[in-house]
Amino acid sequence: MNVSVIISIIIGFLLLFGAFLSLVTAFGLLRLPDVYTRNHAASKAATLGVMSILLGTFLYFYSEHGHFNSKLLLAIVFIFITAPVAGHLISRAAYHSGVKLWDKSVQDDLKHKKEYEEKARS
Amino acid sequence: MLEIIIQITLVCVSLSMLGFLYRVIKGPTTPDRVVALDAIGMGLVAIIALISLILDTFAFLDVILLIGILAFIGTVAFSKFLEKGEIIERERDY
Repeated sequence: MNVSVIISIIIGFLLLFGAFLSLVTAFGLLRLPDVYTRNHAASKAATLGVMSILLGTFLYFYSEHGHFNSKLLLAIVFIFITAPVAGHLISRAAYHSGVKLWDKSVQDDLKHKKEYEEKARS
Repeated sequence: MLEIIIQITLVCVSLSMLGFLYRVIKGPTTPDRVVALDAIGMGLVAIIALISLILDTFAFLDVILLIGILAFIGTVAFSKFLEKGEIIERERDY
């Protein structure tokens, strides 16, 4: 049980975790009822799954070839920053272009935004 | 052992991309399709990483960063188009 075996076990665990999270994302996109809930599934699980797969790739190239690829680390940081921002933007665009919420959702606070603002002003 | 794990992961990511493709085709509204296309971009990043693991080369790792940037810019542009009707505004109101 030397170091390279342990590192390859860690790589295998990271890859399987990424595969599991991408399957979870696919089930979320297929089964959830609403564009907002689907966006919730897609922008969290896909981000973490891709990040763990990229981290496994980085560890593989660093342990097998001794090749420190900084572009992979940059891609991990970039995906971690931008994927939630993209999810927020598309969800906001969906709300403002009039996509309905799910029938069974109980509360919509953004609908009464103008009333709240006038009440706060007066 | 690691090669089998890589192939299992590749099959799982491909199946999940088929699910995203179903949502792109069927999706009732346009934001559904944009969300699914963004998820397809993420899956494409994962597939490129796994293929560069299989081929045992680090020549394709630039493509990962490139596809991440392109997916983000595409999503931002399309959500701005959906919200305001134009992507680059001509008259700014300041």
